[in-house]
Amino acid sequence: MSFEVISNFIAAFFTLSIFSFLYKDNPFYKFAEAVFIGVSMGYAIPLVYQDIFIPFVYRPIFVEYKFLILIPTLIGYLITFRFSKNLSWLSRYPIAFSMAIVGMGVPLSMHSYVLVQMRSAMLPVDNINTALIFIGTVTILLYFFFSKEHKGVYGKVTNIGIWFMMVGFGASFGYTVMARISLLIGRIQFLLGDWLGLMK
Amino acid sequence: MKRQIPLLIVIILGFIFVIHVFVPHKASADFYDWYQTWIKAISPFMVLLGIMSLFMVHSTKIKRKVPNWQYSVVTLASLIGTGAVGFIWGTQAGTPFMWLFKNVQMPMGATMFSLLAFYIASAAYKAFRARSTEATVLLIAAIIVMLGQVPIGIKISKLIPEASHWILNVPNLAAKRGIAMGVGLGMTATSLKILLGIERTYMGGGK
Repeated sequence: MSFEVISNFIAAFFTLSIFSFLYKDNPFYKFAEAVFIGVSMGYAIPLVYQDIFIPFVYRPIFVEYKFLILIPTLIGYLITFRFSKNLSWLSRYPIAFSMAIVGMGVPLSMHSYVLVQMRSAMLPVDNINTALIFIGTVTILLYFFFSKEHKGVYGKVTNIGIWFMMVGFGASFGYTVMARISLLIGRIQFLLGDWLGLMK
Repeated sequence: MKRQIPLLIVIILGFIFVIHVFVPHKASADFYDWYQTWIKAISPFMVLLGIMSLFMVHSTKIKRKVPNWQYSVVTLASLIGTGAVGFIWGTQAGTPFMWLFKNVQMPMGATMFSLLAFYIASAAYKAFRARSTEATVLLIAAIIVMLGQVPIGIKISKLIPEASHWILNVPNLAAKRGIAMGVGLGMTATSLKILLGIERTYMGGGK
């Protein structure tokens, strides 16, 4: 039995173990799930060590002698106090340092999610499609305006917004289904082709 | 010391970041580079916290012999094993580490996500049973988009791919745009609450 056959057998065993959950929760699924969690986390450790710890912590301190990096290293280390009963407050320092980036989020989210979208929605309404996009955007925004009761003419307008959203959700749903189906096809191709050799 | 200083760090650095976005000065760019260098030095310890958390949760389960504790042994063994393999043989292509990725992690990850195809089908069935106009609109749009992506769609009718394209580019765009604006306003408001020290839940409980 070649090494590739053994490898495919192991991959097929884990694939079928995960699929067995479709019947019901069982020891094979639980075993595969436990392995998956462990391997996923274990996979991250050497990569983080090699791609982040070595170039941004070890090398600057021990090779380039940039001792200023000791400060963020110590701040980072404080996160491990999260589990301490008396010193867990120390873990707030690295959290606070990483939370500061939200400052960029204020102008950038306003720009990319609101202003750019508004600008795109205000293109000349010169055909039926641009008119529909404009009506859809406005009616959806009106739907999310809860300071006025959705009754009468206003209620009918917001109802158009719901219809637009339903079509949007349907499109996202369809896209998600197709993405999952393509993964499923990939796994079935592996089982029938690479593993059992029934497909070419 | 316990709450005020971390809060001050967020407020001061946060407002510098707000200024950084509007000021294309060298000092502003230097500040951003400095922050990137420091945050990268901090980030490995975040992963360490995750590993510690996983170890603590599962070792407690093993110690207390809770039901199904044997699977915690499997989790910890897989974690240690994969990490050790990566450190001993490296992470390049052709190493046992990449073999584990190709034959254990990747097949299981893809299968886990493909499982959702079955559950999403059952969700669609439940939505269809709701028999409301909105649910029907949702399903019709979903069916057209799905058929528009596969060869059978064009075999049924040449109009299906066109309709799918139109749904994605017109009503879907309007929906995404309307929702994006709401999301943007929500993100801005939440970010401002954090910057102004109104939102402090990220610091956790305790004094």
